[in-house]
Amino acid sequence: MTDTTLAFGQGDPHHLRGMQESVLAHDGPAPKRIVTGYGFWIFLLSDIVMFSCFFASYAVLVGQTAGGPRGSQLFDLKTVAVETGCLLLSSFTCGLASIAADVRNERGFQAAMAVTCVLGLAFLALEGREFADFVARGAGPTRSAFLSSFFALVGCHGLHVSAGILWLLTMMAQVFAKGFRADILRRLLCFALFWHALDIIWVAVFSVVYLFGSAV
Amino acid sequence: MSNQIQEMHNRLDVAPGDEEEVRVGPRLLGYAVGLGLAILLTATSFFVADTDLVWQPSIPVAIVVLAIAQMGVHLVFFLHITTGADNTNNVLALGFGLLIVFLVIGGSLWIMANLNHNMMPMDQIMKMQR
Repeated sequence: MTDTTLAFGQGDPHHLRGMQESVLAHDGPAPKRIVTGYGFWIFLLSDIVMFSCFFASYAVLVGQTAGGPRGSQLFDLKTVAVETGCLLLSSFTCGLASIAADVRNERGFQAAMAVTCVLGLAFLALEGREFADFVARGAGPTRSAFLSSFFALVGCHGLHVSAGILWLLTMMAQVFAKGFRADILRRLLCFALFWHALDIIWVAVFSVVYLFGSAV
Repeated sequence: MSNQIQEMHNRLDVAPGDEEEVRVGPRLLGYAVGLGLAILLTATSFFVADTDLVWQPSIPVAIVVLAIAQMGVHLVFFLHITTGADNTNNVLALGFGLLIVFLVIGGSLWIMANLNHNMMPMDQIMKMQR
């Protein structure tokens, strides 16, 4: 009799017995770094699901302008392009920061994080200026259902970026005060994931809101 | 013994964002390639949105395709979600997340379009309320 039939015969249809002896010796849980990263990944996905609700409400309400201005009359694609550039570059410098942290280069880490912070603040400043401009032109969130959903969606992303910058500054301070301890490195992993995920959401925002809004 | 187990785990599991590569050069190159592709895709979709050179009805489709491609680039080069055996958990979670996202967005659009379509014209509703 071959091994396979034996395995079936003995209630081991997935051949776990043989694997345990060779490679898959899982004694106890995975290391903390992997558990933490995975848990944070689940959080990010649920955050993306939350954003999808905002996207859905925006897509449903995009035509309901109540006689107010439409997207193509409001959006300035140049500002959006500069905002996008800021976020893309900040994602790159955030990657540089995680490399510097892995090789324990504190000066490089702090420099890369500082650049990331400046780029994030530039993004927020541009977005804030855009929002203030809309409100000044009588196109605030109370003007129409379209504008309510626009401010809710883009503003929610902006809030996430603001929270990310606060977290970024906290991480700079923690690395400065405590060095590259294992728990600090885990937090850095989560922060980098958060920052890159914000970029993904921004890709959806500029495509669905701004490019669709001015092209269609 | 516990060191051995730790090593085995490190070989079998990868946290999202983790990279196999430890050397600085290739990792740097990875981020640079990711940035380059992202900028290329962004520039293309901004160009497509604002041009008369392409057939107009194809523009929304092009923007959606470019956006999805760019999200893929971000996932692979920045978040390091790969299709490797060590990444199965992360990919499964991502797949489930995407399922929910499509259900929420597609379902909302579908239902609301249907409601809009089946709703009585506004003036008739007004008449009935009188």
